[in-house]
Amino acid sequence: MVDPATHWHEASGWLAAYPGLWLVVTGAVFLLADKLFRASRRFPLLNPVLVSILVLIATLRLFNVSYTDYFAGAQMIHLLLGPATVALAMPLYLNLHHVRAWMMPLTIALVVGCVVGIASALALGQLFGLSAATLLSFAPKSVTTPIAMALAGHLGGIPALTANVVILTGVFGAVAGLPLMRLLKVDDAMVQGFALGVAAHGIGTARALQESETAGAFGGLAMGLNAILTSLLLPLILAVWPI
Amino acid sequence: MLYGLTVICAFLLAGELLSRLAALPVPGAVLGMLLFTGWMLLRKDIEPRVARVGAGLLRYLPLLFVPAGVGLVELGPRLAHEGVAMIVVLVLSTAITLGVTALTLQWLLRRRARG
Repeated sequence: MVDPATHWHEASGWLAAYPGLWLVVTGAVFLLADKLFRASRRFPLLNPVLVSILVLIATLRLFNVSYTDYFAGAQMIHLLLGPATVALAMPLYLNLHHVRAWMMPLTIALVVGCVVGIASALALGQLFGLSAATLLSFAPKSVTTPIAMALAGHLGGIPALTANVVILTGVFGAVAGLPLMRLLKVDDAMVQGFALGVAAHGIGTARALQESETAGAFGGLAMGLNAILTSLLLPLILAVWPI
Repeated sequence: MLYGLTVICAFLLAGELLSRLAALPVPGAVLGMLLFTGWMLLRKDIEPRVARVGAGLLRYLPLLFVPAGVGLVELGPRLAHEGVAMIVVLVLSTAITLGVTALTLQWLLRRRARG
């Protein structure tokens, strides 16, 4: 007779080496986190990406699994990030007609928001003593996560740090954005949506969409345009900014 | 589904190649997105088979950040050292960006409404 404990030992050894394990765990954790998010009526602090990352980190620590081993399995999910970034062109294309009616004001506000977003992150980062790699990870923080990660990786930052910083930026924008704008006496739905899209990307846009269709549409537009403009301006700004 | 995925991946590949061939500081995926946008502007619509796959990818976009985000587990020392400053910078910079963008756009729209 074979001892069941030996069986379990063999099976768990196989499981730990099987690359599909972390693919399944990542998917399952995200589905549960998403369920929690919906159950909380989309409370921004329960952002499913943030919750998933924290739960997975706790799981890796608990079972003493290295990030390299985790990523060997989960990279199948990561690989879809490239095609998904390309697909962001679709909502951008669908929102682009909004630009035509308000061409000049939107263009100027976009350029101002984009430059202030980058410059304020760099200047405040230096003021508070962030290291160079951290600064470069923070510079694209107002841009949608896949593009911010690509920019950070390209320009000498740390994509893993950028992913988390970008999501926290979005969460902060979604929680504090509308109260802040009311304080500044900004009450136009179009302006609120656009500012949320520029400063807090998709998470800010999702919050804007809860307010109104208009705010959501301008948020989506601002997020797409800011991603493109930041990709073009960030390398130029970094070329002249003393780091 | 294969058709849509192939088209989208072809734009990604073209973007990555363009980024390297022209030695541009812009990531290949962003160039791929720009090429795809240009294609839709030329066609004046979205090819339905591509739209289906694109919508599927975007539906689960947040999930795709998770594997990279878990990389935070390796940044313990950096977070211990710079964590507080990071939060302060994040909050202040985001508030400034949001406020300045909103006030600029509101001012421009009101100026135009008056003029």
